Amino acid sequence: MRAAPIGLAVIVAVAGCAAARPASEPPDLAAAIAASFRARGQAGLDRLQQSELQRECSRPQPDPLPADMQERLQKQALQTVRFPDDARWLGDWKRGEAIAQSGSGLQHSDPPAAARGGGCYGCHQLSGSEISYGTLGPSLYRYLERNGAGADAMQRTWARIWNPHTVNACSIMPRFGDGGILTPDQIRDVMALLFDPQSPVNR
Amino acid sequence: MTRFRALVACAAIALAGLRADAADPLSDYHRMLADDNPAELAVARGQELWQTPRGPRNRTLEGCDLGLGPGVVKGAYAVLPRYFADTGSVMDVESRLVHCMVTIQGFRQDELTAAPFSERDAPQTDLEVLAAYVAEQSRGATIRVSQSLAPEVQSYERGRALFFRRAGPYDFSCASCHGLDGKRIRLQQLPNLTRPEGARTAFGHWPAYRVSQGAVRTMQWRLSDCVRQERLPELIFGSPASIDLTTYLGVLASGGAMDAPSLRR
Repeated sequence: MRAAPIGLAVIVAVAGCAAARPASEPPDLAAAIAASFRARGQAGLDRLQQSELQRECSRPQPDPLPADMQERLQKQALQTVRFPDDARWLGDWKRGEAIAQSGSGLQHSDPPAAARGGGCYGCHQLSGSEISYGTLGPSLYRYLERNGAGADAMQRTWARIWNPHTVNACSIMPRFGDGGILTPDQIRDVMALLFDPQSPVNR
Repeated sequence: MTRFRALVACAAIALAGLRADAADPLSDYHRMLADDNPAELAVARGQELWQTPRGPRNRTLEGCDLGLGPGVVKGAYAVLPRYFADTGSVMDVESRLVHCMVTIQGFRQDELTAAPFSERDAPQTDLEVLAAYVAEQSRGATIRVSQSLAPEVQSYERGRALFFRRAGPYDFSCASCHGLDGKRIRLQQLPNLTRPEGARTAFGHWPAYRVSQGAVRTMQWRLSDCVRQERLPELIFGSPASIDLTTYLGVLASGGAMDAPSLRR
Protein backbone atom coordinates (compact mmCIF):
# COMPACT_ATOMS: atom_id res chain seq x y z
CA MET A 1 0.00 0.00 0.00
CA ARG A 2 2.83 2.35 0.74
CA ALA A 3 3.95 2.09 -2.87
CA ALA A 4 0.92 4.00 -4.12
CA PRO A 5 2.04 7.54 -3.18
CA ILE A 6 5.47 6.87 -4.68
CA GLY A 7 3.85 5.68 -7.91
CA LEU A 8 1.73 8.80 -7.94
CA ALA A 9 4.77 10.97 -7.35
CA VAL A 10 6.53 9.37 -10.31
CA ILE A 11 3.53 10.01 -12.55
CA VAL A 12 3.36 13.65 -11.42
CA ALA A 13 7.11 14.06 -11.95
CA VAL A 14 6.96 12.57 -15.45
CA ALA A 15 3.92 14.70 -16.33
CA GLY A 16 5.82 17.73 -15.01
CA CYS A 17 8.80 16.96 -17.26
CA ALA A 18 6.55 16.50 -20.26
CA ALA A 19 4.91 19.85 -19.58
CA ALA A 20 8.29 21.54 -19.24
CA ARG A 21 9.37 20.41 -22.68
CA PRO A 22 8.49 23.01 -25.32
CA ALA A 23 6.12 21.73 -27.97
CA SER A 24 8.75 22.23 -30.66
CA GLU A 25 11.39 20.11 -28.92
CA PRO A 26 12.02 16.69 -30.53
CA PRO A 27 11.07 13.89 -28.10
CA ASP A 28 14.43 12.12 -28.41
CA LEU A 29 16.55 15.25 -27.86
CA ALA A 30 17.18 14.55 -24.17
CA ALA A 31 18.53 11.07 -24.95
CA ALA A 32 20.83 12.46 -27.64
CA ILE A 33 22.18 15.07 -25.22
CA ALA A 34 22.68 12.49 -22.47
CA ALA A 35 24.82 10.41 -24.85
CA SER A 36 26.87 13.28 -26.27
CA PHE A 37 28.78 15.07 -23.52
CA ARG A 38 31.51 14.21 -21.07
CA ALA A 39 32.39 16.17 -17.92
CA ARG A 40 35.76 17.84 -18.32
CA GLY A 41 37.74 20.23 -16.14
CA GLN A 42 35.37 22.55 -14.37
CA ALA A 43 32.55 21.89 -16.86
CA GLY A 44 30.33 19.23 -15.30
CA LEU A 45 27.31 17.61 -16.91
CA ASP A 46 25.05 19.71 -14.65
CA ARG A 47 25.72 22.58 -17.06
CA LEU A 48 23.48 20.86 -19.61
CA GLN A 49 20.42 21.27 -17.37
CA GLN A 50 18.34 24.23 -18.46
CA SER A 51 16.75 26.86 -16.22
CA GLU A 52 13.28 28.12 -17.15
CA LEU A 53 14.90 31.20 -18.66
CA GLN A 54 17.27 29.13 -20.80
CA ARG A 55 14.44 26.86 -21.92
CA GLU A 56 12.14 29.73 -22.86
CA CYS A 57 14.96 31.45 -24.73
CA SER A 58 15.77 28.34 -26.82
CA ARG A 59 12.96 28.76 -29.33
CA PRO A 60 14.23 28.13 -32.86
CA GLN A 61 13.93 31.16 -35.16
CA PRO A 62 11.55 32.57 -36.17
CA ASP A 63 9.38 31.29 -33.29
CA PRO A 64 8.82 34.49 -31.24
CA LEU A 65 8.72 34.75 -27.45
CA PRO A 66 5.08 35.36 -26.39
CA ALA A 67 4.55 38.85 -24.90
CA ASP A 68 3.33 37.53 -21.53
CA MET A 69 6.38 35.28 -21.25
CA GLN A 70 8.66 38.18 -22.08
CA GLU A 71 7.10 40.19 -19.26
CA ARG A 72 7.37 37.24 -16.85
CA LEU A 73 11.05 36.64 -17.64
CA GLN A 74 11.89 40.32 -17.25
CA LYS A 75 10.11 40.52 -13.87
CA GLN A 76 11.90 37.40 -12.69
CA ALA A 77 15.22 38.80 -13.88
CA LEU A 78 14.67 42.04 -11.98
CA GLN A 79 14.22 40.06 -8.78
CA THR A 80 17.69 38.54 -9.18
CA VAL A 81 19.54 41.86 -9.24
CA ARG A 82 21.54 42.70 -6.11
CA PHE A 83 22.46 46.38 -6.11
CA PRO A 84 25.42 47.53 -4.00
CA ASP A 85 24.30 48.26 -0.39
CA ASP A 86 26.36 51.43 -0.18
CA ALA A 87 25.40 52.76 -3.63
CA ARG A 88 29.10 52.61 -4.48
CA TRP A 89 28.69 51.98 -8.19
CA LEU A 90 32.15 52.61 -9.55
CA GLY A 91 35.48 50.84 -9.02
CA ASP A 92 38.70 51.23 -11.00
CA TRP A 93 38.37 51.67 -14.77
CA LYS A 94 41.88 50.24 -15.37
CA ARG A 95 40.89 46.98 -13.76
CA GLY A 96 37.60 47.25 -15.65
CA GLU A 97 39.51 47.51 -18.94
CA ALA A 98 41.47 44.33 -18.11
CA ILE A 99 38.21 42.52 -17.30
CA ALA A 100 36.67 43.76 -20.56
CA GLN A 101 39.71 42.55 -22.53
CA SER A 102 39.82 39.04 -21.05
CA GLY A 103 37.48 36.43 -22.48
CA SER A 104 38.70 33.57 -20.32
CA GLY A 105 36.97 31.77 -17.52
CA LEU A 106 34.53 28.88 -17.05
CA GLN A 107 35.66 26.96 -20.16
CA HIS A 108 36.71 23.37 -19.48
CA SER A 109 40.15 24.43 -20.70
CA ASP A 110 40.43 27.26 -18.14
CA PRO A 111 42.06 26.70 -14.73
CA PRO A 112 39.11 26.90 -12.29
CA ALA A 113 40.95 29.21 -9.86
CA ALA A 114 42.13 31.71 -12.52
CA ALA A 115 40.56 35.20 -12.60
CA ARG A 116 37.60 35.42 -14.94
CA GLY A 117 37.16 38.01 -17.60
CA GLY A 118 33.98 39.61 -18.85
CA GLY A 119 34.93 39.30 -22.52
CA CYS A 120 33.16 42.62 -23.17
CA TYR A 121 35.26 43.44 -26.27
CA GLY A 122 34.14 40.15 -27.80
CA CYS A 123 30.79 41.78 -28.55
CA HIS A 124 31.03 45.53 -27.80
CA GLN A 125 33.07 48.52 -28.86
CA LEU A 126 34.29 50.25 -25.69
CA SER A 127 37.57 52.18 -25.73
CA GLY A 128 38.10 54.25 -28.86
CA SER A 129 41.67 52.97 -29.23
CA GLU A 130 40.77 49.26 -29.20
CA ILE A 131 39.88 48.39 -32.79
CA SER A 132 39.52 44.65 -32.15
CA TYR A 133 35.96 44.60 -30.91
CA GLY A 134 32.91 42.53 -31.80
CA THR A 135 29.55 43.70 -33.05
CA LEU A 136 27.09 41.25 -31.50
CA GLY A 137 26.21 43.93 -28.95
CA PRO A 138 25.80 47.71 -29.37
CA SER A 139 28.77 50.09 -29.20
CA LEU A 140 29.41 51.39 -25.69
CA TYR A 141 31.93 54.00 -26.84
CA ARG A 142 31.29 57.40 -25.15
CA TYR A 143 28.93 55.71 -22.70
CA LEU A 144 29.03 58.58 -20.21
CA GLU A 145 28.17 61.18 -22.84
CA ARG A 146 25.23 59.10 -24.01
CA ASN A 147 23.84 58.10 -20.62
CA GLY A 148 25.00 60.70 -18.09
CA ALA A 149 26.14 59.76 -14.59
CA GLY A 150 22.83 59.99 -12.74
CA ALA A 151 21.71 57.39 -10.20
CA ASP A 152 19.14 56.18 -12.69
CA ALA A 153 21.74 55.48 -15.40
CA MET A 154 23.99 53.74 -12.84
CA GLN A 155 21.14 51.56 -11.64
CA ARG A 156 19.99 50.66 -15.15
CA THR A 157 23.50 49.79 -16.26
CA TRP A 158 24.25 47.74 -13.13
CA ALA A 159 21.00 45.77 -13.60
CA ARG A 160 21.83 45.19 -17.25
CA ILE A 161 25.26 43.75 -16.46
CA TRP A 162 23.91 41.74 -13.52
CA ASN A 163 21.09 40.23 -15.57
CA PRO A 164 20.45 41.57 -19.10
CA HIS A 165 17.05 39.87 -19.20
CA THR A 166 15.71 42.62 -16.89
CA VAL A 167 15.17 44.87 -19.89
CA ASN A 168 15.66 42.52 -22.81
CA ALA A 169 14.24 39.03 -22.23
CA CYS A 170 16.29 36.41 -24.11
CA SER A 171 19.17 38.82 -24.67
CA ILE A 172 22.19 36.87 -25.94
CA MET A 173 24.39 38.51 -23.27
CA PRO A 174 25.45 36.38 -20.28
CA ARG A 175 24.12 37.18 -16.77
CA PHE A 176 27.42 38.40 -15.36
CA GLY A 177 26.13 39.03 -11.82
CA ASP A 178 23.23 36.61 -11.50
CA GLY A 179 25.23 33.86 -13.21
CA GLY A 180 28.17 34.38 -10.84
CA ILE A 181 30.55 35.03 -13.74
CA LEU A 182 31.94 38.28 -12.30
CA THR A 183 32.08 39.35 -8.65
CA PRO A 184 30.29 42.56 -7.53
CA ASP A 185 33.72 44.22 -7.26
CA GLN A 186 34.56 43.24 -10.85
CA ILE A 187 31.22 44.66 -11.96
CA ARG A 188 32.10 47.91 -10.16
CA ASP A 189 35.32 48.01 -12.19
CA VAL A 190 33.45 47.45 -15.46
CA MET A 191 30.97 50.16 -14.41
CA ALA A 192 33.94 52.52 -13.93
CA LEU A 193 35.15 51.69 -17.43
CA LEU A 194 31.74 52.83 -18.70
CA PHE A 195 31.16 55.88 -16.45
CA ASP A 196 34.54 57.25 -15.32
CA PRO A 197 35.35 60.44 -17.27
CA GLN A 198 39.03 59.35 -17.29
CA SER A 199 38.21 55.95 -18.84
CA PRO A 200 39.27 55.46 -22.51
CA VAL A 201 35.60 54.77 -23.24
CA ASN A 202 34.88 58.42 -22.51
CA ARG A 203 38.08 60.21 -23.47
CA MET B 1 25.00 67.82 -61.85
CA THR B 2 25.80 64.77 -63.94
CA ARG B 3 29.39 64.99 -62.88
CA PHE B 4 28.27 65.23 -59.27
CA ARG B 5 26.13 62.12 -59.68
CA ALA B 6 29.03 60.28 -61.25
CA LEU B 7 31.22 61.32 -58.35
CA VAL B 8 28.67 60.08 -55.84
CA ALA B 9 28.38 56.81 -57.74
CA CYS B 10 32.17 56.42 -57.76
CA ALA B 11 32.33 57.15 -54.06
CA ALA B 12 29.59 54.60 -53.44
CA ILE B 13 31.44 51.97 -55.44
CA ALA B 14 34.67 52.74 -53.62
CA LEU B 15 32.88 52.51 -50.28
CA ALA B 16 31.26 49.24 -51.28
CA GLY B 17 34.69 47.94 -52.17
CA LEU B 18 36.05 49.02 -48.80
CA ARG B 19 33.15 47.40 -47.04
CA ALA B 20 33.66 44.16 -48.92
CA ASP B 21 37.29 44.14 -47.81
CA ALA B 22 36.32 45.00 -44.26
CA ALA B 23 33.83 42.15 -44.28
CA ASP B 24 36.64 39.69 -44.78
CA PRO B 25 40.01 41.17 -43.87
CA LEU B 26 41.60 37.80 -44.60
CA SER B 27 40.21 37.48 -48.12
CA ASP B 28 43.41 38.66 -49.79
CA TYR B 29 45.39 36.44 -47.50
CA HIS B 30 43.16 33.51 -48.42
CA ARG B 31 43.56 34.21 -52.14
CA MET B 32 47.32 34.52 -51.76
CA LEU B 33 47.62 31.16 -50.06
CA ALA B 34 44.83 29.35 -51.88
CA ASP B 35 47.22 27.69 -54.31
CA ASP B 36 49.55 26.71 -51.54
CA ASN B 37 47.37 25.25 -48.81
CA PRO B 38 49.42 23.18 -46.34
CA ALA B 39 46.34 20.92 -46.06
CA GLU B 40 47.65 19.29 -49.28
CA LEU B 41 50.20 17.45 -47.16
CA ALA B 42 47.41 16.06 -45.00
CA VAL B 43 45.42 15.11 -48.12
CA ALA B 44 48.41 13.20 -49.55
CA ARG B 45 49.00 11.45 -46.25
CA GLY B 46 45.29 10.61 -46.02
CA GLN B 47 45.28 9.09 -49.50
CA GLU B 48 48.32 7.01 -48.58
CA LEU B 49 46.58 5.76 -45.41
CA TRP B 50 43.43 4.99 -47.40
CA GLN B 51 45.37 2.80 -49.85
CA THR B 52 47.79 1.12 -47.44
CA PRO B 53 46.96 -2.21 -45.77
CA ARG B 54 46.83 -1.38 -42.05
CA GLY B 55 45.46 -2.49 -38.70
CA PRO B 56 45.25 -5.94 -37.09
CA ARG B 57 43.61 -7.29 -40.25
CA ASN B 58 46.13 -5.64 -42.57
CA ARG B 59 43.50 -4.32 -44.97
CA THR B 60 43.15 -1.07 -46.89
CA LEU B 61 40.11 1.22 -46.59
CA GLU B 62 39.38 0.86 -50.30
CA GLY B 63 36.30 -1.24 -49.52
CA CYS B 64 34.90 1.36 -47.13
CA ASP B 65 31.33 2.45 -47.93
CA LEU B 66 31.04 6.18 -47.29
CA GLY B 67 27.47 6.22 -48.52
CA LEU B 68 27.91 6.02 -52.28
CA GLY B 69 28.91 2.35 -52.30
CA PRO B 70 32.04 0.42 -51.23
CA GLY B 71 35.22 2.16 -52.34
CA VAL B 72 33.53 5.30 -53.72
CA VAL B 73 35.24 8.36 -52.24
CA LYS B 74 34.52 10.92 -54.94
CA GLY B 75 31.59 13.12 -53.91
CA ALA B 76 30.98 11.22 -50.66
CA TYR B 77 31.80 14.11 -48.33
CA ALA B 78 29.07 16.24 -49.93
CA VAL B 79 26.26 13.78 -49.09
CA LEU B 80 27.07 13.08 -45.43
CA PRO B 81 25.66 12.83 -42.79
CA ARG B 82 23.20 10.18 -43.97
CA TYR B 83 21.51 7.05 -42.66
CA PHE B 84 23.48 3.80 -42.90
CA ALA B 85 21.49 0.57 -42.76
CA ASP B 86 24.49 -1.47 -41.56
CA THR B 87 24.72 0.50 -38.32
CA GLY B 88 21.10 1.64 -38.17
CA SER B 89 22.23 5.21 -37.55
CA VAL B 90 22.94 8.55 -39.18
CA MET B 91 26.70 9.05 -39.52
CA ASP B 92 28.98 11.86 -40.60
CA VAL B 93 32.26 11.41 -42.48
CA GLU B 94 34.37 11.19 -39.35
CA SER B 95 32.21 8.64 -37.51
CA ARG B 96 31.94 6.61 -40.74
CA LEU B 97 35.74 6.58 -41.07
CA VAL B 98 35.97 5.21 -37.54
CA HIS B 99 33.37 2.59 -38.44
CA CYS B 100 35.40 1.46 -41.47
CA MET B 101 38.69 1.40 -39.56
CA VAL B 102 37.04 -0.78 -36.90
CA THR B 103 35.05 -3.15 -39.12
CA ILE B 104 37.49 -3.46 -42.03
CA GLN B 105 40.91 -2.95 -40.51
CA GLY B 106 40.20 -4.22 -37.01
CA PHE B 107 41.27 -1.13 -35.09
CA ARG B 108 39.66 -0.59 -31.68
CA GLN B 109 37.04 2.15 -31.57
CA ASP B 110 38.00 3.40 -28.11
CA GLU B 111 41.63 3.74 -29.20
CA LEU B 112 40.70 5.62 -32.40
CA THR B 113 38.42 8.08 -30.62
CA ALA B 114 40.45 8.60 -27.43
CA ALA B 115 42.41 11.45 -29.06
CA PRO B 116 40.82 12.19 -32.46
CA PHE B 117 42.40 15.66 -32.81
CA SER B 118 46.13 16.31 -32.89
CA GLU B 119 47.71 18.27 -30.07
CA ARG B 120 49.49 21.51 -30.88
CA ASP B 121 52.76 20.90 -32.80
CA ALA B 122 52.07 17.16 -32.88
CA PRO B 123 51.57 15.22 -36.14
CA GLN B 124 48.04 15.10 -37.53
CA THR B 125 45.98 12.10 -36.41
CA ASP B 126 45.02 9.38 -38.89
CA LEU B 127 41.39 10.48 -38.66
CA GLU B 128 42.29 14.09 -39.50
CA VAL B 129 44.28 13.23 -42.62
CA LEU B 130 41.68 10.70 -43.78
CA ALA B 131 38.93 13.33 -43.38
CA ALA B 132 41.09 15.80 -45.35
CA TYR B 133 41.55 13.25 -48.15
CA VAL B 134 37.85 12.38 -48.31
CA ALA B 135 36.92 16.09 -48.36
CA GLU B 136 39.42 16.81 -51.15
CA GLN B 137 37.73 14.12 -53.23
CA SER B 138 34.49 16.14 -53.00
CA ARG B 139 35.92 19.51 -53.97
CA GLY B 140 33.41 21.20 -56.25
CA ALA B 141 30.68 18.66 -55.51
CA THR B 142 27.22 19.98 -54.66
CA ILE B 143 26.24 19.49 -51.03
CA ARG B 144 23.17 17.27 -50.85
CA VAL B 145 22.47 16.02 -47.34
CA SER B 146 19.57 13.59 -47.54
CA GLN B 147 16.25 14.08 -45.77
CA SER B 148 14.49 11.17 -47.44
CA LEU B 149 14.50 8.76 -44.48
CA ALA B 150 12.85 9.27 -41.08
CA PRO B 151 16.11 8.98 -39.07
CA GLU B 152 17.64 11.70 -41.28
CA VAL B 153 14.69 14.02 -40.67
CA GLN B 154 14.86 13.30 -36.93
CA SER B 155 18.59 14.03 -36.94
CA TYR B 156 17.92 17.40 -38.59
CA GLU B 157 15.14 18.22 -36.11
CA ARG B 158 17.36 17.40 -33.14
CA GLY B 159 20.23 19.34 -34.68
CA ARG B 160 18.05 22.39 -35.14
CA ALA B 161 16.80 22.20 -31.54
CA LEU B 162 20.39 21.78 -30.32
CA PHE B 163 21.52 24.76 -32.38
CA PHE B 164 19.10 27.02 -30.51
CA ARG B 165 19.38 25.31 -27.10
CA ARG B 166 20.77 27.65 -24.49
CA ALA B 167 22.57 26.20 -21.48
CA GLY B 168 25.60 26.59 -19.22
CA PRO B 169 26.89 29.48 -17.12
CA TYR B 170 26.92 31.87 -20.12
CA ASP B 171 23.42 30.89 -21.36
CA PHE B 172 24.91 30.34 -24.82
CA SER B 173 23.56 28.39 -27.76
CA CYS B 174 25.10 28.11 -31.23
CA ALA B 175 22.59 30.77 -32.28
CA SER B 176 23.98 33.26 -29.73
CA CYS B 177 26.91 33.89 -32.06
CA HIS B 178 25.68 32.38 -35.33
CA GLY B 179 22.06 33.57 -35.53
CA LEU B 180 22.50 36.99 -37.13
CA ASP B 181 23.92 38.39 -40.38
CA GLY B 182 27.12 40.41 -40.56
CA LYS B 183 28.23 40.11 -36.93
CA ARG B 184 31.68 39.40 -35.56
CA ILE B 185 33.46 38.45 -32.35
CA ARG B 186 36.42 40.77 -31.96
CA LEU B 187 37.52 40.93 -35.62
CA GLN B 188 36.38 37.42 -36.51
CA GLN B 189 33.43 37.29 -38.90
CA LEU B 190 30.58 35.03 -37.74
CA PRO B 191 28.61 33.17 -40.41
CA ASN B 192 24.86 33.19 -39.81
CA LEU B 193 24.30 29.44 -39.61
CA THR B 194 20.52 29.74 -39.63
CA ARG B 195 20.61 30.66 -43.33
CA PRO B 196 21.79 28.73 -46.39
CA GLU B 197 24.54 31.24 -47.32
CA GLY B 198 26.20 31.04 -43.91
CA ALA B 199 25.69 27.29 -43.60
CA ARG B 200 27.30 26.77 -47.02
CA THR B 201 30.33 28.78 -45.97
CA ALA B 202 30.70 26.72 -42.82
CA PHE B 203 29.83 23.27 -44.15
CA GLY B 204 31.66 23.67 -47.45
CA HIS B 205 34.96 24.80 -45.92
CA TRP B 206 35.67 22.16 -43.29
CA PRO B 207 38.05 20.40 -42.83
CA ALA B 208 40.35 23.41 -42.98
CA TYR B 209 44.00 24.17 -42.46
CA ARG B 210 43.84 26.44 -39.43
CA VAL B 211 46.72 28.91 -39.79
CA SER B 212 46.58 29.96 -36.11
CA GLN B 213 47.06 26.34 -35.09
CA GLY B 214 49.30 25.16 -37.92
CA ALA B 215 47.11 22.11 -38.42
CA VAL B 216 44.20 20.66 -40.34
CA ARG B 217 41.05 20.76 -38.23
CA THR B 218 37.86 18.86 -38.96
CA MET B 219 34.15 19.61 -38.60
CA GLN B 220 34.03 17.51 -35.43
CA TRP B 221 36.84 19.65 -34.03
CA ARG B 222 35.08 22.85 -35.10
CA LEU B 223 31.92 21.83 -33.25
CA SER B 224 33.74 20.66 -30.13
CA ASP B 225 35.69 23.91 -29.90
CA CYS B 226 32.51 25.99 -30.25
CA VAL B 227 30.96 23.90 -27.46
CA ARG B 228 34.04 24.50 -25.28
CA GLN B 229 33.65 28.25 -25.78
CA GLU B 230 29.97 27.94 -24.94
CA ARG B 231 31.24 26.84 -21.49
CA LEU B 232 29.61 23.42 -21.86
CA PRO B 233 31.16 20.04 -21.04
CA GLU B 234 33.16 18.27 -23.74
CA LEU B 235 31.24 17.28 -26.87
CA ILE B 236 32.07 13.60 -27.44
CA PHE B 237 33.69 12.80 -30.82
CA GLY B 238 31.14 11.28 -33.18
CA SER B 239 28.33 11.68 -30.61
CA PRO B 240 24.66 11.91 -31.66
CA ALA B 241 24.58 15.66 -30.90
CA SER B 242 27.70 16.29 -33.01
CA ILE B 243 26.22 14.40 -35.95
CA ASP B 244 22.79 16.02 -35.55
CA LEU B 245 24.34 19.51 -35.61
CA THR B 246 26.28 18.53 -38.75
CA THR B 247 23.07 17.24 -40.34
CA TYR B 248 21.32 20.54 -39.52
CA LEU B 249 24.15 22.49 -41.13
CA GLY B 250 24.43 20.13 -44.09
CA VAL B 251 20.72 20.27 -44.90
CA LEU B 252 20.78 24.08 -44.74
CA ALA B 253 23.95 24.09 -46.84
CA SER B 254 22.51 21.79 -49.51
CA GLY B 255 22.79 23.28 -52.96
CA GLY B 256 26.13 24.87 -52.10
CA ALA B 257 29.52 23.52 -53.18
CA MET B 258 32.22 21.73 -51.21
CA ASP B 259 35.52 23.59 -51.22
CA ALA B 260 37.53 21.79 -48.57
CA PRO B 261 40.10 21.46 -47.17
CA SER B 262 40.13 25.24 -47.08
CA LEU B 263 42.37 27.72 -45.36
CA ARG B 264 41.19 29.39 -42.20
CA ARG B 265 42.53 32.03 -39.82
